Amino acid sequence: MVPEFLIELRDFISQPWPWWVGGPMIVLVMFILLYFGKEFGISANFRVMCAADGADELADFFKFDWQSQGWNLLVALGAMFGGYLAAHYFVSPDGNVAHVSQATIESLNALGFDYEYGKVPLVLEYYDWPYLFTLKGLLIIVGGGFLVGFGARYAGGCTSGHAISGMSALQLGSLYAVIGFFAGGLFMTYVLFPLIFG
Amino acid sequence: MMRMSRYILVGIIFGVTMYKTEAVSWFRIFEMFHFQAFHMYGIIGSAVALGILVVQWIKKQHLKSVEGQEIVIPDKDTSWKRYIFGGFIFGLGWALAGVCPGPMFVLLGAGYTVFVVFLLAAITGTFVYGKLRSKLPH
Repeated sequence: MVPEFLIELRDFISQPWPWWVGGPMIVLVMFILLYFGKEFGISANFRVMCAADGADELADFFKFDWQSQGWNLLVALGAMFGGYLAAHYFVSPDGNVAHVSQATIESLNALGFDYEYGKVPLVLEYYDWPYLFTLKGLLIIVGGGFLVGFGARYAGGCTSGHAISGMSALQLGSLYAVIGFFAGGLFMTYVLFPLIFG
Repeated sequence: MMRMSRYILVGIIFGVTMYKTEAVSWFRIFEMFHFQAFHMYGIIGSAVALGILVVQWIKKQHLKSVEGQEIVIPDKDTSWKRYIFGGFIFGLGWALAGVCPGPMFVLLGAGYTVFVVFLLAAITGTFVYGKLRSKLPH
């Protein structure tokens, strides 16, 4: 028998988390890593994976002590376990729904997404193998992945490294990076989305 | 083993947080770039506000890490080009794919196996950057 309090705890965790829980939890993650003498930054793993793949023989950028970065791969592995747990054991009472606003539903409808309020799935339908063989799916997965990997390393970090760690440490470079993230995101959203989804 | 499992545990906290706050959702990122809800701004904003306090506290206390050394947070370069240009390219991908690197691992673990391809594409992007690095403005 599972003790009652564990079921209650599970139900408690399973509710959608408000922003004021999310932000402090991310800071907790950052703080624990700092306490372990590490810096929170997920995209650094791409460079580690490149180097581990032998890219250091091809470009100087990958000649670094990648074995000392193993801890970061473990964080990424943990994030995968976390995703598995959340998706299988902490499902919200109303299902895997993204609780987006009415205004967002209207913007989605304008782009051709046929969703009603309260019924937007948490996960985009294009995240599936058959869509990889459609132009949109290929753009989202392969194009998006390439841009994220290229841009994160060019900028020296991603959302975790710059927007959270860097801004918390009052780094001007991180502020520039976040301005860049938003400039790129807005350009994609307002200029390129109508071409891609229109 | 203890040293390894603690990083996995931190990752689990991070993964559950990303999933349960819906930061893994393409639609939440879409909403954020349309300025149609406070949610994502609240997550990032409260993290930065609290993060600044925590980092200031660490510096003031000269807090030592678990290994006994003082925690130092290295400064980033003072240039701007790499941040703006690189950030712009990253932002294009973030809005298009609806995931940044953290949520990508979270969704892969949640069972969306197609993210193996996303991961390979991101590694390829990182690799191409590594090759072109000397030719790009930084």
